[in-house]
Amino acid sequence: MDRSLNLLDLALGFDQQLLDPSPLSGKVVLIEDCVETSGSFVLHQVMKRVLSTNSSDALIFLAFARPFSHYDRILRKLGCNLAAQKTNNRLVFFDMLMMKCSDGEEIEDNVSAVAKLFREIQETVRKLRSLTNSNITVMVDDMSLLEIAATGSNSDRVLDFLHYCHSLTSETDCSLVILNHEDIYSSMERPAFLLHMVCLADVVIKAEPLASGLANDVHGQLIVLNKGISRSSRSKLQNFQFKIKENGIEYFYPGSRS
Amino acid sequence: MADSIFRKLRDGGEEGELAPALTIEETVASPFALDVSGYLLANLSSSILAGKSKSQGLVLITFSRSPSFYLQFLKQKGIVVSSSSKWIRILDCYTDPLGWIDQSSNGVTEGSSLIKLHKCVSDLKRLFSSIIEAGRELVGDGKARFCVAIDSVNELLRHSSMPLVSGLLTDLRSHAQVSSIFWSLNTDLHQEKVTNALEYVSTMKANLEPLCPSSDGKRNALENLFLVHQDFGKGRFHVRFKLRKGRVRVMSEEYHVDHLGINFSPISSADSVQFNLQLSEKERVEKEKVVLPFEHQDHGKSTEIYDGRRSLADVKIEAAPLSSGELQSDVVSSGKDGEIIYYRDSDDEHPDSDEDPDDDLDI
Repeated sequence: MDRSLNLLDLALGFDQQLLDPSPLSGKVVLIEDCVETSGSFVLHQVMKRVLSTNSSDALIFLAFARPFSHYDRILRKLGCNLAAQKTNNRLVFFDMLMMKCSDGEEIEDNVSAVAKLFREIQETVRKLRSLTNSNITVMVDDMSLLEIAATGSNSDRVLDFLHYCHSLTSETDCSLVILNHEDIYSSMERPAFLLHMVCLADVVIKAEPLASGLANDVHGQLIVLNKGISRSSRSKLQNFQFKIKENGIEYFYPGSRS
Repeated sequence: MADSIFRKLRDGGEEGELAPALTIEETVASPFALDVSGYLLANLSSSILAGKSKSQGLVLITFSRSPSFYLQFLKQKGIVVSSSSKWIRILDCYTDPLGWIDQSSNGVTEGSSLIKLHKCVSDLKRLFSSIIEAGRELVGDGKARFCVAIDSVNELLRHSSMPLVSGLLTDLRSHAQVSSIFWSLNTDLHQEKVTNALEYVSTMKANLEPLCPSSDGKRNALENLFLVHQDFGKGRFHVRFKLRKGRVRVMSEEYHVDHLGINFSPISSADSVQFNLQLSEKERVEKEKVVLPFEHQDHGKSTEIYDGRRSLADVKIEAAPLSSGELQSDVVSSGKDGEIIYYRDSDDEHPDSDEDPDDDLDI
């Protein structure tokens, strides 16, 4: 087995590169985290996987949370040069930090800012498709900030946006990877927004702290739930722990670390 | 039992009667309404093709999956749909429900005769007329009828209010040319009243219940999803029929979803015992309310359990009169009718001892 694969890669199905070069194609991956445990490292890892040298997959990144320089620095530590990928046309970076949209700012052709954003993405997907035939991944970091940016109009707009992104996955076989925070919605009895995303997702990755509290050697645990029924050989739910290191993450099964 | 739903949908209602309607209810933990509607679609399609059904066409309105997904699905089931098919129409509310996609730049066609693109989901009147129009294209204006399938009303409910949606469904049901109709709903995404309203306008309700130990009913839908992991894809399928005379019948089955689709099987005999092994939520709450004997009966005072003699507190109170002389008690009680006066010899004598007093006799 390839030594470079870790437990998360295995859980996401990156171990069968020959059989299925892009296992996430046409799928929606939802990463849920909470205040105690950030899930952005999962995002970084999937980024690295998508942009790895032995595939030609392309990535469209919507950054609501952090600027390009941040991701550039982190991915460099993981051994991936984002700036180079940008010039290679394998990465399209949307800096959305300053995005604000409200109903007051409707554009002349009666389309909201969210719809405009989607059109841009769709246009980008079409351009990338004409360049390469491989899989395109759309990544959102993170969805709750889009919700914040879109309030003032209707938070339903975000769900509409998600719906359209979902239609991209089925029409053009893109993958959609979304980071979202779970505990924002914890006080709600029916967090419709969150539940809607979970319904759309094919794979749910949940990052949470250890139930027993903080520890030096274990920084938290990941639960990967594969909702797809078809691949029956793969276990549907996997649970493992992780330790975040300077330039990488160590994953291990609970209790298997000496 | 899933067959009986299918048969009811296939046979449709009598003339002058509302069309039978089915709500398929799923939750986040058991998101298989799509599989159930796929099962019904495949069966209805083949019976329409074989001419066994009262309806002659099928109008499918897609909200949660693209039309190509359904065409692929039907193909897997051995039903090939070509654009010249005269028995099915798909109304596509998935690809562009709000008209966001720029027409000028990408050249999305308005759809073929098979698949029609519907762009204004919030306008339910227009949606209604497009459904009827699509149906008429299939079966003509006469008395021939068609089935209507809506793959998810959740999207509809997001764009319009609940009364409007249930109004649309009722309008469809009461249309003379609609023979039967079914839709699916994820009950976790909406308030309970929405679920109730939609159940109310339907004659059948199919509920997919996950196999999970839901000991307390208030657990969050998300936690349920992670709880059912090992049994994901399995569960109970409950169907409630409202019969014509007003009777209600509930039936249950087990379902199992695999990559080929959904399978139904009768509930295994191990579970069908005559008595309940588990408490329902209501029963549990009521059980907890019961005050057991000797428990909290004294409202704050220490619990007293009668053991045959006076309690320590009583002894202290009466200690003084006793010490003044034993005769006194005789005097006090003498004028009364009858009384048993008994002075215990010592505290060594146990009042209700189970011990055999002759235990130590050596005979």
